[in-house]
Amino acid sequence: MWTYLRRRILQSALPLIAVVLGVFVLARLTGDPSKLYLPLNATDQMRADFAARNGFDKPIWEQMGDYFLGVLRLDFGTSLRTGEPAADMALRAFPATLQLAAVTMVIAIIVAVILGSWASLKPNGIADRIVSFFSMTAASVPDFWVAILGIWIFAITLGWLPTSGTSGPLVWILPIATLMLRPVGVLAQVVRGSMVTVMGQPYIKVARSRGAGEFHIVSRHALRNAAAPALTVAGDLTVGLVNGAVVVESIFGWPGIGKLMIDSILQRDFAVLQAAVLLTALAIFALNIVIDLGYALLDPRVRPTSTSRARRKGPGAISDTKAEVLSNV
Amino acid sequence: MSDASTVTVLTQKTQKNHRANLWQLLLKDKVATAAAIVLAFIILTAIAGPALFGDLAQRQDLSARNLPPFSLQLGWEYILGSDSLGRSLLARIIAAAGTTLGVAGAAVLVSAVVGSIWGMWAGFHRGWRESVSMRIADVIMSFPSLLLAVVILYVFNPSAANIVLVLAITRIPLYLRTARAEAAELRSRMFVDAATNFGAKQGAIVFRHIVPNVLPTLVTLATLEFCYVMLAESSLSFLGIGIQPPDVSWGLMVAQGRQYLAEAWWQSVLPGLAIVITTVSANILAAWLRLATDPGQRWRLQTKKRRRLIGSIAPRR
Repeated sequence: MWTYLRRRILQSALPLIAVVLGVFVLARLTGDPSKLYLPLNATDQMRADFAARNGFDKPIWEQMGDYFLGVLRLDFGTSLRTGEPAADMALRAFPATLQLAAVTMVIAIIVAVILGSWASLKPNGIADRIVSFFSMTAASVPDFWVAILGIWIFAITLGWLPTSGTSGPLVWILPIATLMLRPVGVLAQVVRGSMVTVMGQPYIKVARSRGAGEFHIVSRHALRNAAAPALTVAGDLTVGLVNGAVVVESIFGWPGIGKLMIDSILQRDFAVLQAAVLLTALAIFALNIVIDLGYALLDPRVRPTSTSRARRKGPGAISDTKAEVLSNV
Repeated sequence: MSDASTVTVLTQKTQKNHRANLWQLLLKDKVATAAAIVLAFIILTAIAGPALFGDLAQRQDLSARNLPPFSLQLGWEYILGSDSLGRSLLARIIAAAGTTLGVAGAAVLVSAVVGSIWGMWAGFHRGWRESVSMRIADVIMSFPSLLLAVVILYVFNPSAANIVLVLAITRIPLYLRTARAEAAELRSRMFVDAATNFGAKQGAIVFRHIVPNVLPTLVTLATLEFCYVMLAESSLSFLGIGIQPPDVSWGLMVAQGRQYLAEAWWQSVLPGLAIVITTVSANILAAWLRLATDPGQRWRLQTKKRRRLIGSIAPRR
């Protein structure tokens, strides 16, 4: 267990530091924040004061050193936009993303298990074809378009749902419906695939010959054994959602980490961006360990010390995970 | 006839047969054929569009603002309606098709070529080259690609070529990892050892034994990637950090139409529909191609009583 944890941390530390460094340098390439935060007619003196106040006048190496020293003291800098500590802003936005991700994944898993088992009962039957066409479409449809379609139909035309906001239970419906589309499509295929394999196993035949009902067979014998591959994929999909669904969050005005990231990128709020990147990377690291442990719990053959997952998926917790950033972009 | 020429003739024959088979397989699968026809039609209009329409996509006509689809009284060019500046939506969607498909195609090509060569190099040599390459891939994959897009947008001029650059960089690790894994695996195979023992040069081993065996996987990967990259470009453009006006892309059109959703829904919905039609057809074709090029799966396409709609899709990474 400890060997596993140590290896995991060592594997993830290097890419993590490289990413934070990269974000640090690249963010400063996007331009001078004083152009954004000072009036157009600001004098050179005002600009120099602004730079000195925020430490932008120092060479980038020195800024970087200051930043990392600060991080060691848990000081992540202050926001240029609001003057608040950057860590507070990131921590405040994070629960919104986590809640959205958790609810979306729970609903998506339930729907996917139902769809996937339904499809697997008769391979190549009508249900199977419907489910596989749905998965194909879900993988091909841009989420921003689904979101806009949802707003147009349910918010503008029918007036049933609010277009954005955070109050009341109704605001959850459109973001979740948009976000769960792809997880459901992917997971239903995975569940279907492993269910087809499991249903062909001898012990299912035994259960059937014993006279067990179809529902009993599926729910008690098949699903549990088919769960492991689905859990891995569900973990990866959750990781993607935790990264912040930038598009969906910004369309629905959801105050999550994805929206915070894109806003701070566009407003050159460097400290907030770095805090947000660091926080999501750490959360994803923790999540991956939980997924590994869950995998071991479900399938006793997989012991965490063997780090089957880490070896199979290449090094680094954030590596396989942050690939999902791309899927949100 | 010497043995060598017999072998050449035979290889040519099988290659020809293989190509003909692929074509026949496609025609047998009605869904895949339909997808191929739709995709070919979209590509043709994207290529022929500029010549056919001239500057119609940019021409503004304030008397024809926000026309709904199928309003033909002002001419056929408004069959899909017009936008808030009275520009023909049909012409704009076709002009955007060129940008969207061109950017996605170029990005896939660049990332596939660079990533594959790099990955094969890393996998063939192993050792430090491999570890360094994999760490670089990790870093690229963990990097927020949104930030990369914004950086390139601000540092360089906003142009389609830079979007290609962003998308290509972010997708290189995928090919790098796949090509590395395959090349490393092939290198440990018996036939490569045999070739080495017979005194084959390194270049010969790479080009005769590694590349031909890795290529099918990479080509399939690239076709699957096309949709993904197209969606990524659309999302970037939608967020305002991709294609910039006056250029058009489908994602940008959806974003521009968003503020008129209440009074002119077609400005957002129709370009989005164009994205969906293209990606669905491309995905169907890619799934078919994956089955058709996989010898272990091809029977699925050849069985007579086929009750399969489309190949099941793999989870995207």
